[in-house]
Amino acid sequence: MIPFLLINLVKIACVIGVMLTVVAYTVLAERKVCAWMQDRIGPNRVGPMGLLQPLADGLKFVFKEDVLSHHVNKVYFTLAPMIALVPALITIAVVPWGSQLMIPGLAEPVKGVIADLNVGILFVFAISSLGVYGIVLAGWSSNSKYPFLGSIRSSAQMISYEVCLGLSVVPVFMQVGSLNLSQVVEYQAHHVWLGLCQPLSFFIFVVSAFAETNRLPFDLPEAEQELVGGYHTEYSSMKFAMFFMGEYAAMFVASALMVTLFFGGWSLPFAPFNVPAQTLGVGLAHIGIFLVKVCGFLFFYIWVRWTIPRFRYDQLMALGWKLFIPLTLLNILISGVVLTLMSK
Amino acid sequence: MNIHDALFWFFSIAMLACGLLVIANRNPVTSAMFLVLLFVFMAGLFLLLEAIFIAAIQVLVYAGAVMVLFLFVIMLLDIKASERRKFKILGVVGGIAVGLAFVWELVIILSQPIEPLAGGGAELHGGLEEVVKPFFAHYMLPFEVTALLLLVAMVGVVLLSKKELK
Repeated sequence: MIPFLLINLVKIACVIGVMLTVVAYTVLAERKVCAWMQDRIGPNRVGPMGLLQPLADGLKFVFKEDVLSHHVNKVYFTLAPMIALVPALITIAVVPWGSQLMIPGLAEPVKGVIADLNVGILFVFAISSLGVYGIVLAGWSSNSKYPFLGSIRSSAQMISYEVCLGLSVVPVFMQVGSLNLSQVVEYQAHHVWLGLCQPLSFFIFVVSAFAETNRLPFDLPEAEQELVGGYHTEYSSMKFAMFFMGEYAAMFVASALMVTLFFGGWSLPFAPFNVPAQTLGVGLAHIGIFLVKVCGFLFFYIWVRWTIPRFRYDQLMALGWKLFIPLTLLNILISGVVLTLMSK
Repeated sequence: MNIHDALFWFFSIAMLACGLLVIANRNPVTSAMFLVLLFVFMAGLFLLLEAIFIAAIQVLVYAGAVMVLFLFVIMLLDIKASERRKFKILGVVGGIAVGLAFVWELVIILSQPIEPLAGGGAELHGGLEEVVKPFFAHYMLPFEVTALLLLVAMVGVVLLSKKELK
């Protein structure tokens, strides 16, 4: 019991530590990539090549005045940023970061996932669907019109695209035959990366994930030109920082899911990276491979943000309900027929 | 008392407390948020029964989707007006009467010996397959008919909410 608790506490500390570091540096990467794409230099004053910028930003957030306007509903106003940040940190618990680690001195190998749930993907969807409360409550409790409009938009948008997101991954699990994310990765290690077998699934999942994380081209809840800042207009200091971290942590989880479901998770299609690790070195390499793939998708997020303009609200809804949902249903049907024919 | 029992009591008491707060609160948004908490604690009870799939669906559908829509509508209401609203004697008395009737029913049911379903206990643990397989094998027809009924209801709502038919 005690070793089990200890191992898991260490795992949780490592995962949250790595995740928040990556989140901080994604913000820097966003500014750097944006600068390069616009032929500028970007932040380069703090530390070598601006690499300590996240530290400076963090300090600034801490020392800024926390403005609490008299017209806000104080309880929900304080609660909302926490609700926005926490789901992203919880859902990463079921995503396998590596195969297994053979730690010297321990009888059994340590699994590369915190909670190896049998309904892994459902757990992710269930917890991340709670994240919308953060945005909705922020908009409502701010008691002013732009945040409210932003939160109304976001609740409609996130609920609509949750449906697409859920339906788009069904063919993946039909092919693997399990909802357990570790088994999805092992299937891909043995067979083929599912992004190649299920391209339509992958495409719809990526687009829906952009909408779920409120990123451009679907960042209507915080559309600066129309809504000032959307749901976080009234927020300042650490409360704003929590929304910010929540958004980037959600991006991290979405990238981790894309890697896990469609790009082989910790595996590479050649030995010794296509079987669960037998030595500590390979185990660590698996975690490294996973993180590199995740960073690739984070770059893709940034790349898209600075390339594509924002959708109009009616376009967004039409895309979700009239195109993606019928397409995902068709995809499920076709996958079912093909899988049944192949098994005969 | 082992950890299982402790969790059971924690989830049950928290659930009842949330339920009470849902109806005792004057602010509709607070009521809705306590209802969300209630669903989460209920999912905890399902987890203790090892019904992992139902627990996940409970949070996903009720807490994550249905209640967001509720909140969506509540936010568009005039919150101040409903906070000023007074308790009505008839409502309180009627509510207590219905509550007592439920308690009476529960007492009658629980006073009879409970027998486990024939062969039910063995296959009731686990996740997805145990829940879903009967739907697509043994109970195929009722399942599909229910789906059709829901579709009819949905079409009905769309038709009714249109102000004028073309």
